[in-house]
Amino acid sequence: MLVLLRIMSMVWRHKGRLILAYVSLLGATALAMLIVRIVGIAVGIVDEHGAGAIASVDRDEVLFAFPDGLFWMAVLLGLVSISRGLFDFFRTYTSESLSQLATYDLRNRFYDKLQNVSFAFHDKEHTGNLMSKATSDIETVRRFVMMGMIRAPEVAIRLIAIVCILLIMDWKLALISLSLTPLLVVRSSIVMSRMRRMWARVQEVTGEMVTILQENLTGIHVVKAFAAEEHEKKKYAAKARVVQHEYLQSEQLQGTESAKMSVGFTIALGLLLWFGGRQVIGGTMDAAEFTQFVLYLNLLTFPIRMVPFVINVYSRASASGRRLFDVLDAISPVSEKPDAIEVDRVSGEVVFDDVSFSYDHGAPALSHLDLRVKSNSVVALLGSPGSGKSTIVSLIPRFYDATSGAISVGGMDVRDFTLASLRRNVGIVQQDVHLFTATIRDNIAYGNSEAFFEDVVEAAKIAQLHDHIMELPDGYDTWVGERGVTLSGGQRQRLSIARTILLDPPILILDDSTSSVDVETEMKIHKAMEEVMAGRTTFVIAHRLSTVRKADLILVLEDGKVAEMGSHDELVGRKGMYRQIYELQLRPQEEMLLDAPLQSHMGAVTG
Amino acid sequence: MMRNPGSPTLDILDDEGTFGSPYDHKVVVRMLGYLKPYKREAFISIASVLIYTAANVSIPLLLMFTINEFIIEGDRSGLDIMAGAFFAVALAHFAANYAHFIFIPRVSQKVLYDLRTEMFDHIQTLSPAFHHRTPVGRLISRSTSDVMQIQETLDVIIQSLSEILTLGGVIILMLVVLPLAGVTDVRLGLLCLSVIPVLFLLLAYWQRYAKRSFVRIRQAIAIVNGEYNQNITGIRVVESMNRQEQNLANFEKLNREHLDANLQASRFSGALNPMVEALTGFAISSVIVMGGYLVLGGSIEWGVLLAFAMYIQRFFEPIRQLTMQYSHLQRAMAAGARIFEVLDLKPDVVDSKGAVNVDDVRGEVKYDKVNFQYVAGVDVLKDVNLHILPGETVALVGATGAGKSTFVTLLTRFADVTGGSIKVDGHDLRDYTRRSIVGKMGMVLQEPYLLSGTVKENIRYNHQEVTDEQVEAAARAVGAHDFISAMEQGYDTELAERGSNLSVGQRQLISFARAIVANPRILILDEATANIDSHTEMLIQNALKEILVGRTSIIIAHRLSTIRNADKIVVLDHGRIVEVGKHDELLARNGAYAHLYAVNYGLNGTGFDQQDSPVEAAGC
Repeated sequence: MLVLLRIMSMVWRHKGRLILAYVSLLGATALAMLIVRIVGIAVGIVDEHGAGAIASVDRDEVLFAFPDGLFWMAVLLGLVSISRGLFDFFRTYTSESLSQLATYDLRNRFYDKLQNVSFAFHDKEHTGNLMSKATSDIETVRRFVMMGMIRAPEVAIRLIAIVCILLIMDWKLALISLSLTPLLVVRSSIVMSRMRRMWARVQEVTGEMVTILQENLTGIHVVKAFAAEEHEKKKYAAKARVVQHEYLQSEQLQGTESAKMSVGFTIALGLLLWFGGRQVIGGTMDAAEFTQFVLYLNLLTFPIRMVPFVINVYSRASASGRRLFDVLDAISPVSEKPDAIEVDRVSGEVVFDDVSFSYDHGAPALSHLDLRVKSNSVVALLGSPGSGKSTIVSLIPRFYDATSGAISVGGMDVRDFTLASLRRNVGIVQQDVHLFTATIRDNIAYGNSEAFFEDVVEAAKIAQLHDHIMELPDGYDTWVGERGVTLSGGQRQRLSIARTILLDPPILILDDSTSSVDVETEMKIHKAMEEVMAGRTTFVIAHRLSTVRKADLILVLEDGKVAEMGSHDELVGRKGMYRQIYELQLRPQEEMLLDAPLQSHMGAVTG
Repeated sequence: MMRNPGSPTLDILDDEGTFGSPYDHKVVVRMLGYLKPYKREAFISIASVLIYTAANVSIPLLLMFTINEFIIEGDRSGLDIMAGAFFAVALAHFAANYAHFIFIPRVSQKVLYDLRTEMFDHIQTLSPAFHHRTPVGRLISRSTSDVMQIQETLDVIIQSLSEILTLGGVIILMLVVLPLAGVTDVRLGLLCLSVIPVLFLLLAYWQRYAKRSFVRIRQAIAIVNGEYNQNITGIRVVESMNRQEQNLANFEKLNREHLDANLQASRFSGALNPMVEALTGFAISSVIVMGGYLVLGGSIEWGVLLAFAMYIQRFFEPIRQLTMQYSHLQRAMAAGARIFEVLDLKPDVVDSKGAVNVDDVRGEVKYDKVNFQYVAGVDVLKDVNLHILPGETVALVGATGAGKSTFVTLLTRFADVTGGSIKVDGHDLRDYTRRSIVGKMGMVLQEPYLLSGTVKENIRYNHQEVTDEQVEAAARAVGAHDFISAMEQGYDTELAERGSNLSVGQRQLISFARAIVANPRILILDEATANIDSHTEMLIQNALKEILVGRTSIIIAHRLSTIRNADKIVVLDHGRIVEVGKHDELLARNGAYAHLYAVNYGLNGTGFDQQDSPVEAAGC
């Protein structure tokens, strides 16, 4: 219920429209009653004059007498109908537009929330499920606003108004006719909770289905490489089958409930015919009253058929609303302090003070790290996969917060910065390169869309991408697809580098960034990087000796701990882990550098 | 990954563009075609709708009859009988209503299931070029939100069926049955129903304007969803680059367009109401005046007035609903057109009619005068001839854009050759079913892509026949076993989306294991070690020595050690093979390879050893 109240409070932002909606639906309902009243009176007049066997009744008199001639009744009826139509226009328009406005707000909020929660949230949530929430659950909320918030009160008002009118007209007959109504109410509330559970399940499996779809589409090249279409289809079909089953259950429940409600109403009409007919025969009721009674009851057809539908909309919305609020309420573990400071540009000093970290309460990915990095120095991180290299660098721009200990940048705790200003100061070239559907220029300027074109070109030149871009027919205005598909892996990585260079951050993080470019380009990038690194602190997860050697500080990590730390010369002398890596992986590169080109097959290296 | 210089069929799914009329009867006919397999259920549904409608129409009739014949006459026992009859009708009404609510969802859900799986399956068969151009979010939008729209509509169609039938029933009653029975005057019915043609004229006029806004809505929502998907998949860049504000502003713009389209549509929906109401008012008024006149003249009873008023009340409400449903139908047509647009895209690679399943291959591969063009007139591969013997290792080298990726792409039939042929064991690739022949190959791509599920499921992937032991053996073979078993859940560890809880290197090791788990005769490595750290690469290079034994392998790599050990080095340049031979031969020839070697591995030497030493195994 709380969920629905929250949705309602979101709609309340547009209270002008909401009030207009209620006013117009009240007006439309009242006029609908008035129409029945007029028809009833008209039938009464006809009955009165027609039933009295006076053959010579003056038809013109009955038709055109003012104001209670049939003609004037008809005119009145026409006017009332048109007014009702106008009210109805406003009711329809306001209810639809309200539902759209509410989902417009919701979509924006949801979108913004998703881009402001921490990485830990996205580590756990599947894109497909989030997509399902953004589409199917939001749509459900929209229907709730339209049907639940505006249609439902209309149904209720109609029901109550008609019941009251009937009770006033003839309370005994009303009670007999409506004797089944309380049963319907009880039934509705029972069904409501069952439906809520069912819909929660439907939305959940729908999310799972979209996840399969989304993963399949994103990884379609793998699917095709393995000719696994059949396998994927089975997986999807199995989930679609569950969705079908769950959906069917809830639809049938809604439908059969609707049938039960309808029959209750039809029986009411039958009871009215039976007992009311007797009263008319007995003379205690006249044709006008009977007609009105029947027509009023008839007006109930529609609202009664709507009841299960409305219940359905409520149950579904509370299931979907829950799923949406789960995201909207997600408290990002990485959040700004209220008094966070907007820092312009910091010095590049980075200090880790007894920092430990674990992902999602798992085993520690980093334990008790102490590290002091001076401004403008280069730190190389080495270690096997999972040793904590990436973890260290993702803590600096606060993609995650340290579980304990503190990290400071330029002498200030990272948690005292505003997130935006911290991340402006810490540039990162990530391992997974993501390009957006936009031009190359816009992709390079992604972090600073106000950058001058010259600066974009300059960054591309430094990243050794400029020449390639110029070869493309549209140059910098070339669109790259959703996954940067018209660029090779190496080119994408260089674009990612250009993107970060453009931000000119005092602290730069290069995460495995040059491993997939070809050798020639890699060499160029390394030269460029030397320029880029000058004047900033650089953390580089490196595999190349050329980079590692030049580093001011080398960290060798093992199981989230620093196994060795020092400069190249120090560490080589120590005969520890670094020495081992050096001998096995790095030194051969050095040999290579010393050897003359094409001079091959010589001297083995001791390993 | 295959690059594509542009394929002619790609821009069809352009959501910004406009496309033809959404209200296409072909769409309706095709939609109805989906009901075919469920004839029985559909038949029961329609039968129950018919009974329901008949009961619905007869309720006011019964009332009228009772009033005219028994109440006005004062016949109490007749009234009792009629009340009994009334309850009987009510029961039939209920039973039919109940049945139709059981069967209609059954049909519609099955149709949706068919539609969903058909779309999924079809989208999978479309060429990689198509996928590379089409944002995932847009396809998701079509497969989910458009299908949902159809779902609602299917329900609506069947519901409106009952309303249309009711309307027909009422028309027949008012114009034929009742006048013939002498209960009423045909003029009363005519007057009362004269509003219906007017209504339909108005509707036809209205829909000309309204439909545009419905198409606009479907397009706008696809763009909104596309933006959602893009932002979620790129979230790490978004957050690290502080793009939130700007992205939100941009999103608000797209979202606003969707809102505007909807607001426009709701004005259209709303505008129908006054029209329908005015006409309803006219109908009731005419019954009162004309009917009253007739009652006064003694030609009809007042029960007829009541019945007519009831009919108008009951059945004009449905007409109003019908107009609403009409707008629903409009939305659905737009959605249906978008779905069929996807289903009508022709896949580039299809199995030929006589294609057979291949059981086993030796791994002999022959490229015979192979040509390939993505776009007519632009050769990506030209006259490529190459004979690879079973078990040979072939290294492809050449500059970016020389056609290396395309070369292997054709072997796995991501696309088909445009000239010449590729033969495996002497048979044209196209003589086999794609699934069976590609199933004999293992491929490792530059970027490891894992699916959610456990490590074990990812290694096994589509080879369900592979045992747990084989999974472990494959992992051991590529050197992945150690890190996998070091995880708490071992092979049962659940991977996060895209395996993001593993490092890129670990992901690549798993995709290596996945490639060899089914013991493929042909192994393709497309820059498989380019994206990983040197530690992982060392593991892989060590593993490769054994993995490559007895398999035909085609390798695109930078690493000299890999290239040098190949049985054949194939040098590609602008889509042509310019040199083939062993490392030493080619160097001695002092041609293209020697040049490449000098440029890439000789002068800068950032990453390559040349020693026959233990170090070489590390492959750095």
